[in-house]
Amino acid sequence: MKGFIIKEFLQIFRDYRSMAILFGIPIAQIMLFGFALNMDLNNAHIAILDRAKDAYSIEFSNKIASSKYFILDQNIQSEKGIEASFRKGKIKEVIIIPKDFTKKLMNGEGADIQVIADASDPNTASILVNYTRAIATDFQQSMQQNLKEIPIIIPQIRYRYNESLKSVYMFVPGIFTIILMLVSAMMTSISIAREKELGTMEILLVSPIKPVQIIMGKVLPYVMLSFINATVILVLSYFVFGMPFNGSITLLLTEGLLFIVMSLALGIFISTVSNSQQTAMLLSMFALLLPTILLSGFIFPIENMPVILQWISNIMPSKWFIIIVKDIMLKGANFMDVWKETLIIISMTLFFIVLSIKKFNIRLSEN
Amino acid sequence: METAVRVVNLVKKFGNFVANDNLNFEVSKGEVFGFLGANGAGKTTAIKILCGLSKPTSGTVQVAGFDAYHQSEKIKQNIGYMSQKFSLYDDLTIKENIRFYGGIYGLSSKFIKQKTDEYITQLQLEQYQKRFVKDLPLGIKQKLAFSVANIHNPSIIFLDEPTSGVDPITRRQFWDLIYAEAHKGKTIFVSTHYMDEAEYCDRITIMVDGKIAALGTPNNLKRDYKANNISEIFLLLARGIKSENH
Amino acid sequence: MRTIFFLLQKEFIQIFRNKMMLPIIFVMPIIQLLILSYTATFEIKNADIAFVDLSQSRSSRELIAKFKGSPFFTIKGNAFSIKQYDKSMLNGDIDIIIKIPNDFESSLLNGRSTFVQLISDAVNGSAANLMTAYALQILFDFNRNIITETYGKDLMSSQIKILPRYWFNPELNYKTYMVPGILVLLVSLIGAFLSGMNVVREKEIGTIEQLNVTPIKKYQFIIGKLFPFWVIAMVDLIFGLILAKLVFAIPILGSVALILGVAAIYMILVLAFGLFISTITDTQQQAMFIAWFFFVIFIIMSGLFTPVEGMPKWAQIINIINPIAYFIDFMRLVMLKGADFVDVQMQILKITVYAITMLGLSIIRYRKNA
Repeated sequence: MKGFIIKEFLQIFRDYRSMAILFGIPIAQIMLFGFALNMDLNNAHIAILDRAKDAYSIEFSNKIASSKYFILDQNIQSEKGIEASFRKGKIKEVIIIPKDFTKKLMNGEGADIQVIADASDPNTASILVNYTRAIATDFQQSMQQNLKEIPIIIPQIRYRYNESLKSVYMFVPGIFTIILMLVSAMMTSISIAREKELGTMEILLVSPIKPVQIIMGKVLPYVMLSFINATVILVLSYFVFGMPFNGSITLLLTEGLLFIVMSLALGIFISTVSNSQQTAMLLSMFALLLPTILLSGFIFPIENMPVILQWISNIMPSKWFIIIVKDIMLKGANFMDVWKETLIIISMTLFFIVLSIKKFNIRLSEN
Repeated sequence: METAVRVVNLVKKFGNFVANDNLNFEVSKGEVFGFLGANGAGKTTAIKILCGLSKPTSGTVQVAGFDAYHQSEKIKQNIGYMSQKFSLYDDLTIKENIRFYGGIYGLSSKFIKQKTDEYITQLQLEQYQKRFVKDLPLGIKQKLAFSVANIHNPSIIFLDEPTSGVDPITRRQFWDLIYAEAHKGKTIFVSTHYMDEAEYCDRITIMVDGKIAALGTPNNLKRDYKANNISEIFLLLARGIKSENH
Repeated sequence: MRTIFFLLQKEFIQIFRNKMMLPIIFVMPIIQLLILSYTATFEIKNADIAFVDLSQSRSSRELIAKFKGSPFFTIKGNAFSIKQYDKSMLNGDIDIIIKIPNDFESSLLNGRSTFVQLISDAVNGSAANLMTAYALQILFDFNRNIITETYGKDLMSSQIKILPRYWFNPELNYKTYMVPGILVLLVSLIGAFLSGMNVVREKEIGTIEQLNVTPIKKYQFIIGKLFPFWVIAMVDLIFGLILAKLVFAIPILGSVALILGVAAIYMILVLAFGLFISTITDTQQQAMFIAWFFFVIFIIMSGLFTPVEGMPKWAQIINIINPIAYFIDFMRLVMLKGADFVDVQMQILKITVYAITMLGLSIIRYRKNA
């Protein structure tokens, strides 16, 4: 048994190229995504159609153009060219200042500003409209200095768990989960399918080693590897991205280990149902990748999805682990706060193991 | 006699490791030429260079009158190759494999069909016709691989340890196939580590640590080394070189 | 030509013979398209709110009633200290806590300003931002009413009004945006993974040597390897487009011929990418990890899930090598905005040049001898 595990370790660690891939990929991805992903928009290209062209409208235009959200791509003279520039995809929004803008504003009638947004990307469109609205409100308030004498409700806003609304707080737990799960599931499913395909599995099966021991031998090195990856990612997320560790690190690592074991069990299960490396890979990558990204709450909040999808999301192990990671890291949750999610992951692990053993035994008795 | 393979001062290095150290030999047309050596002696490396799968570091290599540096594609028209690794497609049937390789060599459909029938009768594969290659016994697979390597009627056939892992009876049958082709005037270049098979060759070379340690007909070699069989010569040479190294 | 025919025949037999592959290649993308297209929405329909009302006055109750009347907010509690909600916010049961101070009513009646605390669960920053904005709107309206009542005129009227018009997608329907995007992701993954595994698989089982001693030409080999997967990916894409039209009623404003033509080039690009990976690796395992590495990056940075404009400059530069970003951009322009050939010529040029480059690289890297 011991010799067998050592053989597995040697096979994995001796292959430098694979080692570079196994450790390099997670690190490269967490660095890239941690820095690159952002839910906010900066530097969106817009056009302004200023029909008023007086001091106020120009000041308003300047205020828009000088905000970090927008880059004034061009001043246009008529509505004619708008559709064409949208179609080229360069401009995301057009702001139209009406001719009577200043006059109406001075008379206290209220001026309307039309904003045409390219809603082929609805998210970008609504964010841009909101930014424009905020700038307009700001502009208006700077014109109304007299408000100080009336009773105003002044909101004091505190964003709990994420004071400065950093997107990275949301992305890091998600990326952490996806990398751990997919890499672990992929590695095991492929390496077991490989032994099956090359026929070396049969040699192992006729040896006095028990099937359970074979699987253990295959899986243990990957548990260690993934655990190292998990630790590295957490260290990076603390030092590089300033993620808080409000909860217990031991608890987080233990949960991480549990999740790794779950992913490996899933990988074993995939390998027992697939007939070649190719199918194992397609199942563990193609079938898991997008659902893990989209149905786990990594990017899109599950609460906003249709009810049926909220049900489906319950069978995604990644959903539960993301909750655990966020709760422990950001909210400082203790074990009693996340025991339910933990139990679900344990049950999933057992489910995959039992199913794999069943499948495995059936195959043995067929031969 | 016509020369089928001519090798002059062939050297192949992988980094600092010298796999083939200054090889020189010629193979005549119609000869069964044996390439003997322990695992790692450099047999496969040399065969790959002769087949155009690998480029030599230096030296001259001519196969079927073509130069291995610049005309490797021309060489490929004229040779058949059966590798150490099993090289038919597991998930195709016997017929599909024959059809595929025949097609790749540009043979006509009619000819491929005719060849297929010929092989099936010759190798007694009737009962296996519909099976996938992965379900065939190893001996049959090897015999089939040999036939497939021979489908385009090449003038030279390279066989890289074709009989490893095969039972003695099948090995005997395999050599019958080889002789049948040799009688048709084909040159056979075969590597093996079974010393008894060396006796079947017209001439043999024994490779030790990348060098040619001996070259000649089996009988001449036995006489020169005063040995009863090739195996003795091989052990002597392999050990002799080793003691020099120490 | 005949050589290519035999190669193709062999590849197709191998693909269609593998009983597990067919559903993965043809059924799974469709299921994923149907399910996953519904996942993407940033729209927030509901927020759970709790109050700490220290004022216990008519004004504070009116304010709470305003929130109650809003379809967006569900009131989950009313307590005397923020601490009492710590647990619920931790569990995600409450999104926002609003604390109304003791002197809320007296200040307002006496013309003094008053401070109201809003505490949002900001684990999801952008959602927190949005929910807080809704709450502020209600606060603002409430404030305005009080002032109008007290002074007899609306001193806070928002004088600049933003009237948004959403072109190409007036209802801000996320599916219009997501369906073409997810379709692109699915066909890209299928294409890249299938082609990425193929050549290296022949290396691993050893058949590649047998092919290499034949007089087969490099280009014949590459075509024989690419074409079957190209057909599969195109079939998936066309089927996906039909579903997009029939099930999701996604508009296809531009020319279908243009979409298919560029898709044909794009698929060559993706397949050549996979093939290139296949030629530089020794085992299927390595090939798959590298393909996975690149395509996860391509997918997540494609702009489908997070806005490209939000990325730092260097990340946008990295995106120059992101084929998925190009094609999603192209699809959106043509399908949703009706862009014509001239509008998207730059995108087409980039995709074509990229495809030729990758194809060239994989032909160079594929060596019949080492």
